[in-house]
Formats: sequence, C-alpha cells, structure tokens
Amino acid sequence: MRDRTAGPLQFLRKKVGSWGLIIALLALPLYYLIHDLTVGYQAGLTASGHPIIHHDLSIIGVNLAEGLSAGAIWALIAIGYTLVYGIIELINFAHGDVFTMGSFTGASIWTTLGLTLATGPLGLVFGLLLTLIVTMFVTGSLNVLIERVAYKPLRTAPKLAPLITAIGFSFVLQNVGLLWQGGNPVAVLDLINESHVLFHISGVPIYNRYVLAIGMLIPLVFALNWFVNRTSPGRAMRATAQDPEAARLMGINVNNTISLTFMLGGMLAGAAGIIYALYGANMWYFQGFQAGLYAFTAAVMGGIGNIRGAVLGGLIIGIVQQLCNYRLGTQWTEAVIFVYLIVVMVLRPRGLLGEETREAG
Amino acid sequence: MSELKAQLQEWREAVLGRIPAAPGWLGGNWNRPGIPFLLAVLIVLPLLFSAASGFLQATIYALGYVVMALGLNVVIGFAGLLDLGYVAFYALGAYAVGWVGSDFISGANVNLLAGQTSAFGIHLNFILILVCAMIVTSIAGMIIGLPTLRLRGDYIAIVTLAFGEIIGTLVTNGSNVVIFGQPVTAGNLGISSVDAPYFPGLGTFGLLNLRPWYWLILAITVVCVFVAYRLRDSRLGRAWIALREDEVAAVSMGIPLVKTKLMAYAIGAAFGGMSGVFLASFDQTVNASQFEFSFSIFIVSMVVLGGIGSIPGAILGALLISYINYYLIPDVLNTLPHTFGLNFDLNDLSIGIYGFLLVIVMVLRPQGLWPEKRRKRELAGEVAPELTELAEPSAGGVTAG
Repeated sequence: MRDRTAGPLQFLRKKVGSWGLIIALLALPLYYLIHDLTVGYQAGLTASGHPIIHHDLSIIGVNLAEGLSAGAIWALIAIGYTLVYGIIELINFAHGDVFTMGSFTGASIWTTLGLTLATGPLGLVFGLLLTLIVTMFVTGSLNVLIERVAYKPLRTAPKLAPLITAIGFSFVLQNVGLLWQGGNPVAVLDLINESHVLFHISGVPIYNRYVLAIGMLIPLVFALNWFVNRTSPGRAMRATAQDPEAARLMGINVNNTISLTFMLGGMLAGAAGIIYALYGANMWYFQGFQAGLYAFTAAVMGGIGNIRGAVLGGLIIGIVQQLCNYRLGTQWTEAVIFVYLIVVMVLRPRGLLGEETREAG
Repeated sequence: MSELKAQLQEWREAVLGRIPAAPGWLGGNWNRPGIPFLLAVLIVLPLLFSAASGFLQATIYALGYVVMALGLNVVIGFAGLLDLGYVAFYALGAYAVGWVGSDFISGANVNLLAGQTSAFGIHLNFILILVCAMIVTSIAGMIIGLPTLRLRGDYIAIVTLAFGEIIGTLVTNGSNVVIFGQPVTAGNLGISSVDAPYFPGLGTFGLLNLRPWYWLILAITVVCVFVAYRLRDSRLGRAWIALREDEVAAVSMGIPLVKTKLMAYAIGAAFGGMSGVFLASFDQTVNASQFEFSFSIFIVSMVVLGGIGSIPGAILGALLISYINYYLIPDVLNTLPHTFGLNFDLNDLSIGIYGFLLVIVMVLRPQGLWPEKRRKRELAGEVAPELTELAEPSAGGVTAG
C-alpha cells in the first residue's frame, strides 16, 4: 500500500536504509570508543594530584561485559513476552511480576535448603540447581494459573480486555510481594560471591556474576530453541502462533498449547529471577516493573514473536543501559533506552529480526 | 391497564412537547428530558456536602479523570490506537501551570488577569493557561503520533509508552537542565507555588471552599462530554471508526490516514492537557514523581473497564476507578478489618484489591460496563454471522492487519 500520507517517513527510511539502523545502534558505543581513544579517561590521580589520563578501550570493555551480562537477564524475561505475544497477541503485563516471584521463591528455597556462605562448592552447585528447577516449576505454574484465570475466559472478548486483567494480576502479584518481603529492597545471601574476579579478558575483569548470567542464558536459549523447533509440542506452538484456527482444525489442542507457552515463559522468568537475585545480591517487590518494561522493550525491538530477536534485543538494551549508567548517569538511562526503541521502530517497524506476523503484516 | 399506559404516554408527550427542541448544532441526543435534570442535580450536588469534605475532594479528582478518560477514549476507542503514554499530556498540562501560572520562572514578572500574585514569576489567567496547554499538548500529541503512523496494533502501544516514559524522565531530570539561568522543571522537589484559578468578579479559589473548584471542573467535563459526542458523530469521527475497523479499506475510500490519525492524537492530548492544568492547580503542586507509567495504565483501565469507544462507559469507568482508589479504599473501608478484629489496614492491600477488582470485572463483563451500541450488537450476535466474522479481527479496537 503506497499512500502519499506517509511520505516523509518513507522518504527518510529509504535514504537512511539499513545502514542507518546499524549506525544508530552503534552510535553510543562508537562515540564513547572514539572518545576514550582520543580524549581519554581519567584513571585516578598521581601522587602529586594530577589526573592520570588513559587512552585505551578497557572501560568500553567493562561496559560491554557488564551490559551483556545484565542483558542476559532482560533477554530471558523478554523471551516470555515474545512467546506469549507470538501465540495470543497479548502484552502480558503480569510477566515482570512473575519474574519478581521467581526471585522471592528462589531466595526462600535456598534458605530452606540451608545454603549459606559456608556451603562447599559441590553443595552450592547442587543446591542452586535444585532451587532453579523448583523455582522454574513454581513460576511456570503461576503463569499457567494466571492464564487460566485471567486470559482464557477472555479468548473471544475485545482484544484490550485481557490487557486489563494482565494489569490487574500484575497489581495483585505486587501486593503479594509487598506483604511477603516488605516495601524496601531486601539483601540476598551473596551465594555466588558475585563481585569476585574470576579471570581477565585483555584487561577486562570477568566477575562471577557475568559467568552466571551468560552461562545460564546460553543453555536455556538452546534448550528452548530445541524444544520449539524439534519437538512435537514445539511444532504445535509454532502452528498455533501462525494460525490458531487452522491449528485447531489439524487436531492441535490449542488451549493446552497456549498453557504450555505460558509455562515456558514463566519458567524462563523464574530462572531470570534467580539470576537477578544472585547477580546484584538483592531483590525488591517492585523490581519486576522496570525489568518488565525493559524486557518488553527488548522483545519489541528484536521483533515481537521472534525468540532470537528477544535475545538480541535484551543484550542490546543491557549494553545501552550500562553505557548510560556509567557515562550519562542512571537518571537518563530509561529515556535513552526508549529513544533507541523509537529509532529502531521508525527505521524498521517490524523490529530487528521481525518477520511478517499476523499483526505486523 | 392499557388505559393507564395510554394516559402515561399522553403525559409523557405533553411534558416532552413543552421542552424546546435543541438547536441543530447541538445534535440530536441533547433534547432528552433527562439531561437538564441530570445537570441540575450535578450543579446542586456540592451544596449537600460540607464545603471541604473528603467526598467533594474525591469527586473533583474523579471529574478530572473523567476528562482524561474521555480524551483517551478518542484515541483508543474511536481511532483504535492503543496509547500507553497518556501521562505525557497530563505532565505537559501540569507543567503549563508550573511555567506560566506560578512563581517558578523567577526572572520574569508578568501578571495577566491572574488576581493577587507575588511580584515574580509568570502568572496568566486560568483560561489562558488552559488554552496554552491545549495548544502545546495537541502539538506534542501529533509529534508522538508521527512515528506510529506506519506501525500497527501493539507496536503503537510500546512507542507511545516510550514517549510517556521519556517525558517522565525529562521532567524528573529537568531540574538539572538550566536554560538562561532557569531550571526547566523542579524535578521531584516539585513546583509548589502554583496559582489557584482566578476569575474577575469571582475572586481566587481557595482550598477551604471546594465548591467553586467542583463547578469549574464540572463545566470543563460537560464541555468535554459534549465535544466527545459531537466528534463521534462528525465526519472525522466516522473516519476514525472506519480506520479502526479496516485501515486499508478506509484509505482506499479516500480517508486521509495521516490527518485523521494525527487529529485523534491531538484531540485526545488536548483533553489530557486540560485536565492536567486543572489537577495541577487543584493539587497546588507540580511534582515530577506524579508522571509515571502507572498513571497511563490507570487511565487506560478506566476506558477499557467502561467499554472501549463508549462515552458513557468512559465516564462510568473513570468515576468508578477513581472513587475506588481515592475514596472507598483509603477513606471508607480502611478501618474495616479492625471492626472484624483483624489487625491490619486495608491500605496494605489496596493495590491488590484494585488489581483483583480489575480482573473480576473484566472476566465477568469483557465488553465493559457500558459498551458501545455497535459493539454490543456485534457481541450479542444481532449482526449477521458473516458480518461478525468480518468484524471479528478488529473487535478489540486495535487495528489488526
């Protein structure tokens, strides 16, 4: 459809093309890269009080490493958004709070298991693995429960009705969190010794927390990818996402498939919750709000409905977030992330890896 | 029995015959006998309560939110564009008061029909601020609308959400941005020396007597309700509905896409700005922490709960949700658990109760409390099945591809 009305935007998009998108995405890291190399950064003071100026890339490296690992958490949550959106076209606003419940449940479980700072490495690994499995099961079931109570009765209702029940459940879960852990951020037992430097990669320190986040993201995404692409329930999920009516005619139980999708999304949110709690060694009943916002942004940026897109979006948002936190100050981070999103949406309305979906067609 | 009916019918006609027909520009629905009666009740209502009662205060806020819900209903309900960044217009309206209706810009000294004010700052008359805010927010609405023109469905939601958050961040950090020695906003400290409305002959409104505030916001609300009805039945309103139902078909019938969509954003934004001006001067403060994403959600839930696209629905949803949040839970029911011997305040559960109510109402009445006639017919199956089939993809008010 070509109408004169969208002229200016169309024109801009043609001129700028896909290179514009790449340049826009790289603008922030490239700017600081050049800045560090030419102007340099202050690395401390000499004995006489003069600033020491360095001209290398190690600070950019630190930003990227921190950003990728923080982005891993957003990516795991974003997958939940993207799966649910892909299958029933609902922005699941309660998802961020399911993630919070993941943190809270995880912390309670390892306390129950008796994990302490003195626990040996083997016990720690097994304890955390058990915590992870139980938590993923709990948050997955919670997500399915929410779907059954709040979304399933509204399958045929106007499209915005489930959006409101999602918001309603988000409030309910926030209140549960508030009563459970109180209104202030709670310190979590630093089980993984998060700020211990494990090794260096060309001068960039790699902390335990980075290894945890990235080390969890990769296997989980591979497992999910395998599940969605290689198994029969996964095939049912893809079929339902493409056309629920046709899938039903082919003998797929659409309701169960939707529940399964919520289960998977909830499980990943639970895993993200545990990583988040261990990563910063604290948790808060309201953490799910910002995390949900970032993750949803990541899912849209990557192309909603696309799992790889969600991961890519999450990592990009993590990097942008860390660059802003470090260079501009945390108070501007949110605005910069959303400016990035708008730029991506203007240049590529379907998101980075988005395909023709029912919605964006 | 039939005689009685006939008699009643006769009386009814006699009464109706005495009511002069509404002039043509008022539109067909405005000469119903109930409307002057309802207006009279609404005007007399504050005299039944003490001049500074909590209920009156809650009602004033509720009417402020009614105006916002009506504005958002134009965007979401009529034009089918899911806007999750409506807080931006509330913020801009409120900052219009902060900038040209308070001591905040201390380098200037302007007083234009604003009653007794301090010797510094820009002070304009309330009506002038209202007009300024409407112009500024309409332009902001169009700017926010521009990048969403080619997007569909929920992609619009995230971009408008992003704009809302960007405005929120800007006003929070505006205290660090200094232009000509003047910070742009006061951030989380808030601009506290906000003027109360002043009208020549009526004097300045005070907080000890809330009735003038009530009548002011009632007047604004009535004008907005009227404008909303006239818009819905206008050429523009039909164009919005056509775009909402099928964008491609509407465009090929010659409806200008950009102009129509931008008008929806601009008009919706102007309503939000007006309400923002009023609420800021009623609050007597403009604080950046008010302008958060949750506020947009608050207004969206009013529109959807009432029934998407329905004007009485938006009014009902706004009244209901604001009374529940600002009156019922904090004032009336707060001590309820104590009367049952339970040792906690209901305030600890307020967001949970609110969320629970949203879920219950939506599950029981998915079409909203007071659905639009057109939708009610669709859902009740009065439209022929093949037509419902056609209408089904866009039944949610968000244009689907």
